[in-house]
Amino acid sequence: MKKSMVNRVIRFYVDGFKSMTIGKTLWLIILIKLFVMFVVLKIFFFPSYLGKFDKPVEKQEYVLNELVQRAK
Amino acid sequence: MIAEIDISLIDWSRAQFALTAFYHWLFVPLTLGLGIIQAVMETIYYKTGDEFWKKTAKFWMKLFGINFAIGVATGLILEFEFGTNWSNYSWFVGDIFGAPLAIEGVVAFFMEATFIAVMFFGWNKVSKGFHLASTWLTIVGATMSAFWILVANGWMQYPTGMNFNPDVVRNEMESFWKVAFSPVALNKFIHTVLSGWVIGAMFVAGISSWYLLKKREIKFALSSIKVAVVFGLIACFFSIWTGDGSASQVAEKQPMKLAAMEGLYEGGEGVNLVGVGILNPGKEEYNDDKDAFLFKIDVPIPKLLSYLSFGKFNAYIPGIKNILDGGYPLKDGNVALSAKEKIEKGKIAVSALADYHKAKADSILYERKADSIKIALTAEINNCETAISEGDTIISQIVTADELFANKKAEITDKIADSRRLLFENFDYFGYGYIKEPKDLIPPVALTFYAFRVMIILGSFLLLLFALSTYLVYKNKFETKRWLQWICLISIFFAIFAGQAGWVVAEVGRQPWAIQDILPTSAAVSNLSTAAVQLTFFIFLALFTILLIAELKIMINAIKKGPQINEQ
Repeated sequence: MKKSMVNRVIRFYVDGFKSMTIGKTLWLIILIKLFVMFVVLKIFFFPSYLGKFDKPVEKQEYVLNELVQRAK
Repeated sequence: MIAEIDISLIDWSRAQFALTAFYHWLFVPLTLGLGIIQAVMETIYYKTGDEFWKKTAKFWMKLFGINFAIGVATGLILEFEFGTNWSNYSWFVGDIFGAPLAIEGVVAFFMEATFIAVMFFGWNKVSKGFHLASTWLTIVGATMSAFWILVANGWMQYPTGMNFNPDVVRNEMESFWKVAFSPVALNKFIHTVLSGWVIGAMFVAGISSWYLLKKREIKFALSSIKVAVVFGLIACFFSIWTGDGSASQVAEKQPMKLAAMEGLYEGGEGVNLVGVGILNPGKEEYNDDKDAFLFKIDVPIPKLLSYLSFGKFNAYIPGIKNILDGGYPLKDGNVALSAKEKIEKGKIAVSALADYHKAKADSILYERKADSIKIALTAEINNCETAISEGDTIISQIVTADELFANKKAEITDKIADSRRLLFENFDYFGYGYIKEPKDLIPPVALTFYAFRVMIILGSFLLLLFALSTYLVYKNKFETKRWLQWICLISIFFAIFAGQAGWVVAEVGRQPWAIQDILPTSAAVSNLSTAAVQLTFFIFLALFTILLIAELKIMINAIKKGPQINEQ
């Protein structure tokens, strides 16, 4: 019963994707976009700035120092 | 051209964020507006069983899908920017800003993602009722996404429901409900979503008009226009209504933004609303004697700004100079502080935060020292069992040391308490501690003023256009009015432009703040090299432009192909 339900859901998606016309181009664009965003941009251009610190307390001390120094 | 301008790290970081938000906001409102219209059309199909409405809904759904696919996840780039370019801000607000965004990601996005599959793949595979429910739930999910994003934005404009924890240097959520349902967030959500509906309605009316101009798909075009213009008229009316509510909140919570929106330097009681005007570019200082305007025409209802802001024709509206000089009466009965007084309080708050941490560090240091000395003395007393007098001396040393340490500890504890008290007494002005001069509190007046006028004028124009189109389409006269069809087509850009102008007012008008009064952009920005930010700015410019071109190309092809409905 469960397997049949899972099969129906899978079949629903497979048939849906197969019958797409313009959707195939759109999916290609989505996949390229996600690749560029998460593999290229996020890793090479948008690392977490505070990620260079291992512990939360180090991040906190860094931000505290920044906030205090910038007010001077 | 750009190289000649001295653009700092803050400006480039802001420009990058603005660029991303601009592009993101090209896709989002169309999703919100078109989503409702296609759902209404499918509802008509569900009620009537007429295949024509099914095909009509499916065509608009196709355009919705193109826009959704190109626009999806572009908002995530804004979140990348928070972590990289605005790291101090991200740390400072973490929990509060994170919660709405997390809910947006988990609940709303997955709701959208689940039901959108049924909406596109489910025709003839699921029941009509289930399909209709999926269509509505897709757009409800998209709207809920917008809600949580706007809650986060609303909090930046009006920080509420949080407590600052000086130990971890970040704000913590005190009340989720206060954050989620703050009056600013709610009004912002409704106003923004309604503006998206206006754009969606104008898009459908404009594209349908193009078919009429081309003399094809006549029944489809007129039927679509009938749905779109009524929806647009209602959305536009309520958008203007909520815009008024938004302006009164600005008057109360962000008076400097209101003053910039109006180009108002010297306020007073019973202030008029500026209709149109040209600001005087020669006015260089907020407190010089030069006129703010070269030319202006007020809206011909006297004292309208006072009335719209506070519901009283003689209500006091402070201008830029008044806000910086202070001394005017506030709504709560207090007298407004001057910018200099606020800056002073801000500096006390920042300094108190530093003192608090120093005192805490001292406390730990003394505890450790005291412990080590006590351990050393105890070890010594254990080694002199036979010499009682020597032991007595050491015991008296321990007692003296205990007293000294107790006094020192009390002194440090007082310092911690004092600095904490000072910090919280002045925390409402924390961000002013980073402001060098009062004039730094003035947002770009010209940009805010003109963007506000563009939004108002285009919004009013769209209201009239929807009203006229509704009248003519239901009188069966729209089809012959080619001039109106042209206007509807061109007005797609006006609607988009009005929405973008609204964001300019909201975001430029609240400068220099990242969080109103609490954190300016100068303290929020990460210490990156300007060149790195410039590089990513141009990468985004290229990426988004490619996406936009792709969207336009695919969409234009789909529109040219048309709904392919046999209208006979």
